[in-house]
Amino acid sequence: MRLLLLVLALLFAAGPALAVLPEEQLPDPAMEARARKLSKELRCVVCQNQTIDDSDAPLAADLRAILRERIKAGDTDAQARAYLVDRYGDFVLLKPPMTPATLLLWFGPALALALGGFGVWRYWRGRAAPAAPEPLDEAERARLAALLSEADKP
Amino acid sequence: MRRLAFILPVLAFLGIAGVLAFGLGRDPKILPSMLIGKPLPAFDLPDVRAGSGGKGLASRDFRGEPMLLNVFASWCVSCRVEHPFLMRLAREGAVPLHGLNWKDKGDAGARWLTQFGDPFDRVGYDPTGRTGVDLGVTGAPETFVIDAKGVVRYRHVGPVTPEVWTSKLEPLLRRLRAEP
Repeated sequence: MRLLLLVLALLFAAGPALAVLPEEQLPDPAMEARARKLSKELRCVVCQNQTIDDSDAPLAADLRAILRERIKAGDTDAQARAYLVDRYGDFVLLKPPMTPATLLLWFGPALALALGGFGVWRYWRGRAAPAAPEPLDEAERARLAALLSEADKP
Repeated sequence: MRRLAFILPVLAFLGIAGVLAFGLGRDPKILPSMLIGKPLPAFDLPDVRAGSGGKGLASRDFRGEPMLLNVFASWCVSCRVEHPFLMRLAREGAVPLHGLNWKDKGDAGARWLTQFGDPFDRVGYDPTGRTGVDLGVTGAPETFVIDAKGVVRYRHVGPVTPEVWTSKLEPLLRRLRAEP
């Protein structure tokens, strides 16, 4: 029974490991967890919409190994990340940093929403306030009374 | 004001169409190099022909005049495509040309050069691909233009074709040679 549980536990533990090979992993579970988390934030430069954690590309395996080396050497997460950004640019970060070049990327959707909202507001304001009719003057009132009294006649 | 309401969507459409048209002409697979304008990262690699007494390739070899560094591998199909042209450049003595044999196993790179010809002055052997990563290499072939002071000035991704040579590399090399 205990053996069965152990086998099951190992199976479930192996499940999430997609591209990361057992021999790549660090012996220290805490360090390995940091490496896994970091590699999920880094883009594979060969198959560009995968993380290096998911990718089977040989270069992604190299980058995973480098990441673990940096962590083993005592780098913080930011330092390990910067090591790869220095070589491949901000492109390897799946979450782009806020720089002048990415301002439009970060605030473009909010800007589009604001512009659209402004347009809708203008449109509704234009429709909700129809011009109030001017009051009738003397002559018009007399004519109206005449017409109404005429209409009453059979 | 009413006219603006009609012109604005047209302008927005033209703007988006312009950006997308610009994007169509670009290859999103090609990443900008982080090395442009920076000195070549330090490396000192053994020769691709182990035990041949070859000189290998080090970053300090890129001094004195503009040179090319070509990243190649025996498993790389596009490297076969550009190889005859590199041979021609070597025959003509157009520019000092060094090679980086990237992520090849054993003597595969050395055998490749023996079989097809060796256009390089020096060839470094980088089986782990670490020097390639330091250079920001995303795949083979890539070709770097390095100036007389050892500063990376240009990176070409993909095979060096006669068109790339005449339109990009040769004019750049001529400019770099004219620099003080």
